[in-house]
Amino acid sequence: MSLHHITLTINGAVERATVPANLTLLQLLRETLALTGTKNGCAAGECGACTVLLALPGAERGEPVNSCMVLAVECDGAAVVTVEGLAHDHQLDPVQQALLEAGGVQCGFCTPGVLISARALLDRNPRPSEAEIREALVGNLCRCTGYLRIIAGIQAAAQLGAPAGPAA
Amino acid sequence: MVTAHPGLPEFDYVKPASLAEASRFLAEHAGAARAFMGGTDIFVRLRDGAWQAQYLVDVKHLEGMQALSFDPAAGLTIGAAVNLNRINAAPSVREHYPVLAEAAGTVASYQLRTRATLAGNVCNASPAGDTLAACLVLAGQVSVHGLAGPRQVALKDFFRGPGKTALQPGDVVTALRFPLPPAGYAAKYLKLGRNTLGDLAIVGVAALGYREAAAAAGLRFRVGLASVAPTPLLLEPAALSAGPVDEAALTAAAEAVAAAAAPIDDVRGSAEYRRLMVRNLARQALTEVWRKIAA
Ligand SMILES: Cc1cc2nc3c(=O)[nH]c(=O)nc-3n(C[C@@H](O)[C@@H](O)[C@H](O)COP(=O)(O)OP(=O)(O)OC[C@H]3O[C@@H](n4cnc5c(N)ncnc54)[C@H](O)[C@@H]3O)c2cc1C
Ligand code: FES
Ligand code: FES
Repeated sequence: MSLHHITLTINGAVERATVPANLTLLQLLRETLALTGTKNGCAAGECGACTVLLALPGAERGEPVNSCMVLAVECDGAAVVTVEGLAHDHQLDPVQQALLEAGGVQCGFCTPGVLISARALLDRNPRPSEAEIREALVGNLCRCTGYLRIIAGIQAAAQLGAPAGPAA
Repeated sequence: MVTAHPGLPEFDYVKPASLAEASRFLAEHAGAARAFMGGTDIFVRLRDGAWQAQYLVDVKHLEGMQALSFDPAAGLTIGAAVNLNRINAAPSVREHYPVLAEAAGTVASYQLRTRATLAGNVCNASPAGDTLAACLVLAGQVSVHGLAGPRQVALKDFFRGPGKTALQPGDVVTALRFPLPPAGYAAKYLKLGRNTLGDLAIVGVAALGYREAAAAAGLRFRVGLASVAPTPLLLEPAALSAGPVDEAALTAAAEAVAAAAAPIDDVRGSAEYRRLMVRNLARQALTEVWRKIAA
């Protein structure tokens, strides 16, 4: 199998790795870099627990992807933001704070992916309607909350506005 | 059986420097190498063992692959690596080909659409592909780079069976092209899934209509169908071009569309249910289009 040397930024820190062709971004994060905030739910693009922001070289901003469906080798030169990169200076991202306060976290397994999808939504659409929030979360399955408190949390986060620090 | 283990089987990752090199490599390793875009179909099939690949040939970076451009004379060109979210959000697509934006937006979830491409949806040739019916009624063309150089294939001649296309060993799809649609046209994509959002289509129906003086009725209609035959289908309902278009003609056209479908029973729905839903969705989509162009 082919091996590849890659350099990428993860939550602002430069990382170098030698990766086999079949290593996914999810495996790179969890198994090589021990960033286990990003979860493996289905490894099939269905559940969204593995969602991270990925900005390929030249992209203006990160867009959410299912990291189980991206090869690590494709991320050479890219910038990745995981749930670990949302808080800045000991301050939670507004979407983290609001989700906590709304009771949108129960077992927490879906939460990292939900937070990333929500951050990405608010970055591209700071005042989403409820329908737009639901649409943006289609790919984030939650077995616990019934979604209503997650939606309420994201609505509250929209009121709080932009996060404190840069997300990359 | 799909396990939740995140690993993929072994393969080599190949990044050719040019289209010519890509075509050569794919032809030399026919059966063992696969062109690769977002991987949203490929990774699922590799993980569940349905496909084997010795080489994944990444062609997303090659010339023109990332371009999306609209020309008021020539129409729309969508590079093969343009993802579905970009298509859904592109102002030129929303203005001139809104049915394509709609169909692209019904595929899977936002984060999957960051990776999934229109070209991949077309090349995968799943009868259930959500974008295919819209691409067919818009008279799409596939730009292909093969061993002999570039060529165009009309989408209506592209699909040969479930997962089967007109592509030959060494072929790489470089873009999808859509001519300027007829002036004053209207179109609609209706998708029936098990959920309102985020599921494969049980039935997908695209309808397109426009004024044409040469037609007996003064109007022409095209219908594209997904999920109801081994390939997506393109039909021109005769009931709507022969005489005046009215409620009775729309009903007859919808019945004819349902009769042309050859659906199967599967986990998403029975053949009988699908046929009835084709009729109802075709009736609804055609009526909506007719009201818009007749107004
Ligand atoms: C969880 C999930 C949900 C989904 N939901 C939907 C849905 O609701 N509706 C729907 O229609 N689809 C759905 N899909 C499938 C959809 O994501 C794919 O069909 C997608 O559009 C394929 O694009 P891709 O870029 O990922 O293709 P890839 O997976 O990279 O490739 C797909 C096929 O096309 C070939 N190919 C790709 N690019 C080229 C090229 N340039 N030249 C020649 N051959 C090429 C590949 O070899 C492969 O055979 C879903 C998939 C997943 C995982
Ligand atoms: S782990 Fe479920 S979508 Fe990636
Ligand atoms: S909180 Fe348990 S899955 Fe969402």
